[in-house]
Amino acid sequence: MRAKPEPAARYADFMSRAYAMELEATERYAQFAEQLETHNNREVAQLFRKLAEIEKLHAKRILEEMRWPSMPAMAPAYAWEGVEGPETAPFGSLHYLMQPWHALEIALRCEQDAQKYYEGIAASRAPQPVRDAAREMASEEAEHVRLIREWMKKVPQPKAGWDEDPDPPRVG
Amino acid sequence: MNAPLAPVALQAKDFKSDYKPVWCPGCGDYSVLSAITKALAMLGLRRENVALVSGIGCSSRIPAYTTCYGFHGVHGRSLPAATGLKVARPDLTVLVASGDGDGYSIGGNHFLHACRRNVDLTYIVMDNHVYGMTKGQPSPTTEPGWSSKLAPGGTGLREFHPLVIALASGANFIARAFSGDPNGCAALIAEAVRHPGFSFIEILSPCVTFRPEQRGWKDAVHPAPVAFTDDPGRAARRIMTDDGFNIGVLYKGNRPVYAVPASNGGAVEDLETAFQL
Repeated sequence: MRAKPEPAARYADFMSRAYAMELEATERYAQFAEQLETHNNREVAQLFRKLAEIEKLHAKRILEEMRWPSMPAMAPAYAWEGVEGPETAPFGSLHYLMQPWHALEIALRCEQDAQKYYEGIAASRAPQPVRDAAREMASEEAEHVRLIREWMKKVPQPKAGWDEDPDPPRVG
Repeated sequence: MNAPLAPVALQAKDFKSDYKPVWCPGCGDYSVLSAITKALAMLGLRRENVALVSGIGCSSRIPAYTTCYGFHGVHGRSLPAATGLKVARPDLTVLVASGDGDGYSIGGNHFLHACRRNVDLTYIVMDNHVYGMTKGQPSPTTEPGWSSKLAPGGTGLREFHPLVIALASGANFIARAFSGDPNGCAALIAEAVRHPGFSFIEILSPCVTFRPEQRGWKDAVHPAPVAFTDDPGRAARRIMTDDGFNIGVLYKGNRPVYAVPASNGGAVEDLETAFQL
């Protein structure tokens, strides 16, 4: 939707983007948890709460590492290639009957996109400290991808017709 | 927009109330709520200087989910209520929330005249081409061939074209947004609020329950290929011939804003006197 952003010019700009990305993901998972709590899908709501907590920890770690008391002002170049941060799940990804496996599928896609985002910066002509940090972040995201895949193995795969509702809102 | 700014900048979350939305998970309206609160924060407004007026329908629940003043009004009558409010209290920033059923069918006539009057309002219509709250009846923007149990074979009726109608009726700002891009929506809403007169934003906001195929809108939307124009003739040609998925500001006019008559500045006490028995 938007013009391709310039590679992060400075390390601090890069880290502020990384922080914004984690924060945006935290907020979105928390919103998803609320939506599913409202619709009494507690199991998936809990899972999204857990994912929000995990992303929040990542965000906190960036603040601590950079010794920032709060989020710094964004560099003018701050923008994502897509409409939102690469680790942010789209609003439209939910279904009221979704199961934990679906939630993990969403999380997997987000982690993969985040990995790709960092790999792109690591391979760009950004300053060396930025590329080094991006490489490190990419490998962290790759680890998250692996962990979510492991998690998915422990969760039952939805059977065909998982979205069939005996009392459907939809009459069409 | 002429409301005083907040002394300390508020954040989007400050504009969200404690009430949890009851929309279906995945509904585009969640994103529009997020965009409205982001826009209010971007504009640096105070909560007490913003009013959100709505009618009836899924989208019209929005006032309750914000911390601004709200009025959840009568079906299709959000615009007259908002017009009255703005004329009586020009110091407020007044946003109006509606859907394609509430805004274009039941409230269709009010839509025309609100555009014509050009009172300084921002009208946000969340269009999902269906009546979601009442289980999926075709709305004025539903495609003629959309078939469902409630309208087998489709209505066969040509859809309403809200942007063209708004332009022809005199709206001073016309934009189309997509709920899948909450940050883009927020920027457009802020721009609409800043623009004087009647600003109209049509937000494509998928109904994932009754129109699950609308999840595909994310692949159909694209930025408007040319910048906005202030020439209504040119805007009409562009809007009439676009594919319905052009996103961005499409028209910015220069019509004079409806001026509040000086005689309307009466004190509340004077009004009360008239009602005393």
